[in-house]
Amino acid sequence: MAVTRVKPKLIGENNQYCSGCGHGILNRLVAEVLEELGRADDAILVTAVGCACMMNELWQGDNMQAAHGRAPASATAIKRLRPENIVFTYQGDGDLSSIGIAEILHATARNEKFTTIFANNGVFGMTGGQMAPTTLVGQKTTTTHFGRDPQFTGMPVKIVELLATLKPAYLARGSVDSIKNINTTKKYIRNAFEAQIDSEGFSLVEVLLPCPTNWHLTPEQALERVGSTVEAYYPLGEVVKRGE
Amino acid sequence: MKGNEVVGEAAARAGCNMFCGYPITPSSETLEYVSARFPELGRQFVQAESELAAINMVFGAAAAGFRVMTASSGPGFDLKQEGISYIASCDLPCVIVDVCRYGSGLGAISPGQNDYLQATKGGGHGDYKVLVYAPNSVQEIADLMVLANDKADEYRMPVLILSDGALGQMMEPVTLPEFGPDDQVKNKPWALRGRGPDGERNQITTALYVDPDFANKLRKKYAEIEAKETRAESYLTDDAEVVLVSYGISSRIAKEAVNRAREKGIKLGLFRPISLWPFPKKELGEATANAKAVLSVEMSSLGQMVEDVALHLKGRLPIYLELSDMNVPQVANILKKVDGILNGSEQEVY
Ligand SMILES: Cc1ncc(C[n+]2csc(CCOP(=O)(O)OP(=O)(O)O)c2C)c(N)n1
Ligand code: SF4
Repeated sequence: MAVTRVKPKLIGENNQYCSGCGHGILNRLVAEVLEELGRADDAILVTAVGCACMMNELWQGDNMQAAHGRAPASATAIKRLRPENIVFTYQGDGDLSSIGIAEILHATARNEKFTTIFANNGVFGMTGGQMAPTTLVGQKTTTTHFGRDPQFTGMPVKIVELLATLKPAYLARGSVDSIKNINTTKKYIRNAFEAQIDSEGFSLVEVLLPCPTNWHLTPEQALERVGSTVEAYYPLGEVVKRGE
Repeated sequence: MKGNEVVGEAAARAGCNMFCGYPITPSSETLEYVSARFPELGRQFVQAESELAAINMVFGAAAAGFRVMTASSGPGFDLKQEGISYIASCDLPCVIVDVCRYGSGLGAISPGQNDYLQATKGGGHGDYKVLVYAPNSVQEIADLMVLANDKADEYRMPVLILSDGALGQMMEPVTLPEFGPDDQVKNKPWALRGRGPDGERNQITTALYVDPDFANKLRKKYAEIEAKETRAESYLTDDAEVVLVSYGISSRIAKEAVNRAREKGIKLGLFRPISLWPFPKKELGEATANAKAVLSVEMSSLGQMVEDVALHLKGRLPIYLELSDMNVPQVANILKKVDGILNGSEQEVY
């Protein structure tokens, strides 16, 4: 029998991402996990500012558009007032690790009982590919024309390792460059939501994504770069396991 | 009770479900008071990491349909402006208290009335308005907190209470409102609660993304509020030759000045706006119908409300200014200025 494409109901029609964009894969993984957990109907998404904004159209569950970087603050209030709901933020790396680093740090420090999906593509995608705190050393962007120079811009920020010192409920970093890594990332996302369901505290999954448009690569080349170069700096795995 | 504590207690009684704030003088007593009182009542309290976080927590709570508030002052109130713009753009209700302090930059922790323009003209970006109420006593803080919560829900918009360091620190007897219901969330079908089994999702985002007619609706909404929601008090204005215009703490001194002037046979009156936006322009017109001049009395260094007074009097009367900088106005100074106006030695500002 022919295999037909089955799409999670949480994902609507016509996503507006560029071809080869990693957000599409990650949106889908989140949707699949929530549906498999039977929590699609009570999930509340807080979207960041960035290419994640396009989720407002695409996502078929309740959601709000937060201010740039402040999604963890808004999610804090929603989860405290609606502890029975699944509450999660979906944030890019400019949003979370630059303008919003205080909000994510303090939500983690308070061990707020929501989940963050952290989409790390190493650039400010939406605004045209400027350097993000996560941009790799030597990487050319529209604000690092000769490659990121740590002399002037410091080293790329490793969010998961940084947050680990605060001992939240669950922290992991996954990737989407291979079927194997996609499947592992999905398990991490499931763990993160289960940690929330069991009221264990704050959970976050960082996912390394390609941004072919701003990396000036084809979709295939961009995925290859994630596997070869990005993962070399950002190690994959569970950094804080549940119950640790 | 202290003005700042009444803010918290009256909010709780008005059914406020959550308070998020960050310490700043002269507003911190509200934060301290609710940190104990809200949890005692089963309400939520978060001491946020910054005013930015606090207002964005307010944004989240409002999106989820709960009554929510924050309080701040000076630089903290600045940091809230982006969030207020977001909340207004999403047609969400919330209550914000600015316990105004004097000065720009770090400024001083003493009372001031120099946030009038920021409060009434929209401190954040874009086309939006917030309802602004200016109490002049601890009792009125209590009364306006309840009104603010109701109006925020009625119009789905942020409502601002413009208090100041003097009112906030002042102890006065107060009759607190009765406890009202704290489950207004059930009346908000638009709130985030999970799409539910019917699959109908709610989305909280800037109205312009989802409503092609949003600009017309915005104009209509604000026009309706301008027509219906003005509040003001006039005192001995019918026969007044000079009308003082003053709000908040300054209006109490202005009233005392009117009483002293009347004892001396000087026909002085007072017009006190209670709603600063919408500005009570019709009421101002009535209160100054027989006047020869108007004197705006403000606790700031440049005068801010005077711009609205001038705007709405449309050049009909000369307007003078009494500014008391970082101290509350003095009766003697007001009366001196009134003498100067009447004998022609004072210079008008508009
Ligand atoms: C306060 C504020 N500053 C700047 C912007 C402009 N802005 C929009 S998206 C964005 C960067 C988003 O980058 P990232 O979070 O990495 O997400 P991506 O687009 O790569 O998915 C910026 C700076 C804004 N909307 N608000
Ligand atoms: S700019 Fe990059 S992150 Fe944004 S949609 Fe295109 S590929 Fe995706």
